[in-house]
Amino acid sequence: MSDDAQRTDRLDGNAVAGALGAAYGIDVTLAVVRCVSCGHTDVVARTRVHLSPMGAVVRCAACDAVLVVVVERPDGTLVSSPGASWVRG
Amino acid sequence: MGVVTRGFGGRRPDPDRELPPGQFLTQDFPVLSAGPTPNVDEAHWQLEIHAETGEVHRWSWEQFLALPAQDVTTDIHCVTHWTKLGTTWRGVSLDTLFEDVETSADFVMAHSYGGYTTNLPLQDLLDGQAWVAFEFEGEPLDPVHGGPARLLVPHLYFWKSAKWLHGLVMQDDDEPGFWERNGYHLYGDPWLEQRYS
Repeated sequence: MSDDAQRTDRLDGNAVAGALGAAYGIDVTLAVVRCVSCGHTDVVARTRVHLSPMGAVVRCAACDAVLVVVVERPDGTLVSSPGASWVRG
Repeated sequence: MGVVTRGFGGRRPDPDRELPPGQFLTQDFPVLSAGPTPNVDEAHWQLEIHAETGEVHRWSWEQFLALPAQDVTTDIHCVTHWTKLGTTWRGVSLDTLFEDVETSADFVMAHSYGGYTTNLPLQDLLDGQAWVAFEFEGEPLDPVHGGPARLLVPHLYFWKSAKWLHGLVMQDDDEPGFWERNGYHLYGDPWLEQRYS
């Protein structure tokens, strides 16, 4: 049985560096992100990333809230970040 | 009670059967979720339906299992292009759960343990179209596939069949759920290939 979700639970922010870098125009692995939910600030590389074929879900390492969602669509990459107060490059 | 939904082909599905556009057959059951598998203890599990009036209908695991259940054989279609034919489930029809719910709202937000949400029209949950499933292929539903209980709405893409179901909240407007807020289609009909918004 395919087990994509379980296999990818332990990925970190480096897993979405390419997609986020293209969207933000910065090296996001060295960027700092602030969590709306708990206020935790950390480098993107230390976030938790849950990869699935539907998209990548970037979660706060401190409280597990969703920071950023990346969806690869046929018409381009959609990046939404309602859980991030800001991303600083 | 046995239930047969569109595409039923028995225990040995016909591989030549027509599939929704852009889909391919799989024999596996790939795991898709937006976060880690939550640890849902049946002793503390509750299913809730919240009407817009503030009225809440609530079932414990024991109360839920005491409701009349149905065996369902159906095809399932994931937006990531796989289709699995002739899957078998056991669950409680949403018609049963909504029997005593008084509502005039047209839409539902499904909420899962772990925080996942997905939106559906109420009319897609009634009239024998949807279940809260607790068995898959004759076995208790595995947590990675949404156990102890998940929504089963097989006529829509499978992200609408919320795993680890906790509650159904009536809403007047079709507010988007998790994936719907992030680029996926508000409704998700596989036969119309409604993958993205």
